Amino acid sequence: MTDAEARLSGTSATGAALEAVSARQRRLSVLAKARTKDLLACWKDTGLDPAVEVLRGPESGLVAVRGRIGGGGQPFQVGEMSATRVTVRIGSGEIGHAMVAGRDARKAQLAAVIDALAQDPAQADLIESRIIAPLEKIADEADQRLRAETAATRVNFFTMVRGED
Amino acid sequence: MYVAVKGGEAAITNAHRLLAARRRGDTDVPGLTLAQIAGQLSLAVDRVMGEGSLYDPELAALAVKQARGDLIEAVFLLRAYRTTLPRFGHSEPVDTCAMVVERRISAVYKDLPGGQLLGPTFDYTHRLLDPTLAGDEPVEAPATATAGSEKVTRVSDILGDEGLIEEDAMLDASRPVADITRTPMEFPMERDARLQTLARGDEGFLLALAYSTQRGYARSHPFAGEIRIGEVDVEVTIPELGFAVVIGRIRLTECQMVNQFKGSAKAPPQFTRGYGLVFGQAERKAMAMSLCDRALRASELGEDIVAPAQDEEFVLSHCDNVQSTGFVEHLKLPHYVDFQAELDLVRRMRAEHFKAAASTDDAATDDTQEAAE
Repeated sequence: MTDAEARLSGTSATGAALEAVSARQRRLSVLAKARTKDLLACWKDTGLDPAVEVLRGPESGLVAVRGRIGGGGQPFQVGEMSATRVTVRIGSGEIGHAMVAGRDARKAQLAAVIDALAQDPAQADLIESRIIAPLEKIADEADQRLRAETAATRVNFFTMVRGED
Repeated sequence: MYVAVKGGEAAITNAHRLLAARRRGDTDVPGLTLAQIAGQLSLAVDRVMGEGSLYDPELAALAVKQARGDLIEAVFLLRAYRTTLPRFGHSEPVDTCAMVVERRISAVYKDLPGGQLLGPTFDYTHRLLDPTLAGDEPVEAPATATAGSEKVTRVSDILGDEGLIEEDAMLDASRPVADITRTPMEFPMERDARLQTLARGDEGFLLALAYSTQRGYARSHPFAGEIRIGEVDVEVTIPELGFAVVIGRIRLTECQMVNQFKGSAKAPPQFTRGYGLVFGQAERKAMAMSLCDRALRASELGEDIVAPAQDEEFVLSHCDNVQSTGFVEHLKLPHYVDFQAELDLVRRMRAEHFKAAASTDDAATDDTQEAAE
């Protein structure tokens, strides 16, 4: 292998790793933002039922929420929010993590199981097509609806022309 | 001598049982569900989350129900609850620029990118009681319109481009972020600790102080540069993963107050800013917070400290309603022994007072007699 080839393969390995990180970031974020009801419906739809070993939690606690002074300056604490975290190992050996807002242990655990399953190449596509993509669509539609309702309250100014000049 | 007094257990048990019954009210009327409280009294729930400093709508709704609608009591319940939980860590600073905006107005620019979005506001209502709300009439679905793809730019960024307004305050990035829940308050306070204190401060107290600045006690010529309400993603770095993921969304109200500033030895004439950021939909609180934040920057900007709103020890030590109510309401607790001691003291003082008065009278009588003679 030449140096260039080694460098290339190294780059693509790093690229793949970065891609895996961003895919997992997206997956965990979509799961955390989903409503439990929708998450459960999608999960049932897959028909999956893996063996699950809970390694840690589910544990409820707090996350200090930070903002920035003026919106973009020095960070400061706005307050705290409740959160639940859990770590699981599924039968095929993958480990899944989840931290979700609120105190819903069932939702957190399900998110962790889905995170673990998605790392199994045999299940990844099913998880994406039956859970992640549909949940993302539901969230996008809710945001679109909210944006449309807000847009209807936008002020359109008009000027009154007075006098003849 | 110390006399231990016991008693009242039965009275207390029965009082709490009575409280539970009174809280429930007339049992012919259906009980409130948490979903009803969170959904239909959402601004009360938001206020409890903000001042309780814990974002959890379901718990805040439970607190409102348990407190019979006494919001300070509900805040107290939420604060007590948070002490039982471990802290997992902190979020990345939320990006209010990326907010899914539900309301956004500016009182300084009429036409600004993203527009004036009124959202669900009480503004421009006539404040007439609506008798139809006594029933449960169906409501119209909200109107919709095509949302533009235009970015809802922060007003401070528009003015900032011209250098007319001070930039976002960056104190020292290496300094740990202040946390008043971990480190006791110490004065003078940095702005990050002040903002944390104000964010959980009592709305009524901060509102009154903000009003005082408008009436001339530390006047700061404010304009509501921008108010925005909406949901933001909260990202937390998960140690096991080594990267940040979104754990959920929270609703926030942000207020950028823009204040005229004639300049000082330390700064050129420009617009300065006060900042407010509060959990939930809490516009009045966010505005009051930003006015108080600006007033408390007096010494930083070289202004004379002449008014209560500028006195950080006064404002920050008294804005917490759980602390305030704790100390005021503790006066209800038995002080029988203290009072006995005081009673004894006042009796002795009175005895001494009358004795002294009597001897002065005797002396005065002697003087008069002498003069007469």
